[in-house]
Amino acid sequence: MPGPEPGAAFRQLKFRDPVRAAAMAHAIRRITAEIGRPAVTIMHVCGSHEQAIAKFGLRSAFPRALNVIMGPGCPVCITDPPEVDEGVVLARQGVHVATYGDMLRVPGTTMSLADAQADGAKVHVVYSADQAVDLARQVDEPVVFFATGFETTAVATAAVALRGVPPNFSILCAHKYIPPAMEVVAGIPGTRVEGFVAAGHAATITGWGVFEPFVERHGLPVVVAGFEPLDILASVVRLLELIRDRTPRVANMYPRCVTKEGNRRAQEQLWRVFEPADGGWRGIARVPGGNLRIRDTYSPLDARRRFAIDRSTLPSPPERGLETSCICGAIMSGLNSPVDCVLFGGACTPDHPVGACMVSSEGTCRIWHEYGGHPDLGGLT
Amino acid sequence: MCLGVPGRVVSVEGNKATVDFWGVRRQVLLDVVDEPVAVGDYVLNHVGYAIRRIPEDEIQETLELFEQLLAHQSPDDLMATGVRAEIAGTGAGDDAGS
Repeated sequence: MPGPEPGAAFRQLKFRDPVRAAAMAHAIRRITAEIGRPAVTIMHVCGSHEQAIAKFGLRSAFPRALNVIMGPGCPVCITDPPEVDEGVVLARQGVHVATYGDMLRVPGTTMSLADAQADGAKVHVVYSADQAVDLARQVDEPVVFFATGFETTAVATAAVALRGVPPNFSILCAHKYIPPAMEVVAGIPGTRVEGFVAAGHAATITGWGVFEPFVERHGLPVVVAGFEPLDILASVVRLLELIRDRTPRVANMYPRCVTKEGNRRAQEQLWRVFEPADGGWRGIARVPGGNLRIRDTYSPLDARRRFAIDRSTLPSPPERGLETSCICGAIMSGLNSPVDCVLFGGACTPDHPVGACMVSSEGTCRIWHEYGGHPDLGGLT
Repeated sequence: MCLGVPGRVVSVEGNKATVDFWGVRRQVLLDVVDEPVAVGDYVLNHVGYAIRRIPEDEIQETLELFEQLLAHQSPDDLMATGVRAEIAGTGAGDDAGS
């Protein structure tokens, strides 16, 4: 039987190799010093990376001059309020709306899907696109899958579309594609980001080659990273070396899951069903090519073409209150951190979130709140 | 939604595999994985789909993060909760099931 049984690899230690971890922490301090500037800022674009960084206390190993910040890496957070509105409108019209659990409480312009559900709308949490199809097989009424997330969940939606679905099933597509958003962040005037850590599992799909044009255009290095604390530390070391040496390129530090070409079969299915389109990312910008739209060939599956979705049927937005102070967009753009927000941890908490970044378990504010409010002993503040 | 979870293939029937995730067995679809998958292989599962067959000599390293998360963390830990939800197939994140 190839491979160990699950359980055999168990290690008691926080780092499976503390000596290597200490050596990498030392390298990070040394290279940051060699770069020699008062602040070096690098950005990662993945909620799971932020969870690992916060949970394992990696920032405590970083020198004060090194800022490691999270960009637009939470798929739930960057879903645009008008997209949530479309799901809410459909649910209020009596359509079954199925979506991932994290989406429920994300605010639209006037309400969330959870609010609609509390008012009696048929909103269902599913684990996978497949479960939404199963639901459509069990009911006679229309079922719409509110499809959110990046490349990794988009391939699942594409696979469902290609396999064939019951006639009462359609897709409200709010999928986003990460590489164009990195372009937008890199192009923000006055951005302090000098390099990117790319998310390992999205790159499992796209391959690391997808970042080469970005590196060429912006002269910023990109390192693809896994999710182990050691993976992340090693990726930060590599990224700092590339910054220090002024040799922007793509480095793959997660070769056990990522190849240059990526998963060709998944890409083929993804681009057969979807095409890139311009779209809003909550609080950040309109991102050219940052949305995935269902191609004309699959238009019968497109909920936007099947239903008249009239957002004017929604109640008027409530008087704007706390959310006028929310800085989720600036946080996801890398301009601010959660502790810069006057609401953070006071008026805005996981139980009473104001912005999307506090709603999702992959949102920067939620993660920082969960792991001690300020999981950062290095720079940033 | 970003973090896939590895598991060991127990059986394969057409485009579906039964996969063991630390004792929890679930069906995983093979529509998008780009290499043939056989019993005993490890696959990276993401929202019900295998997205990668993990090379044999890299399985151990891939499992370790998850074992640490599952064995040692408090039940309300965000990262461990996400992994457990992915394994159980109950939905991404802590709002699942509500």
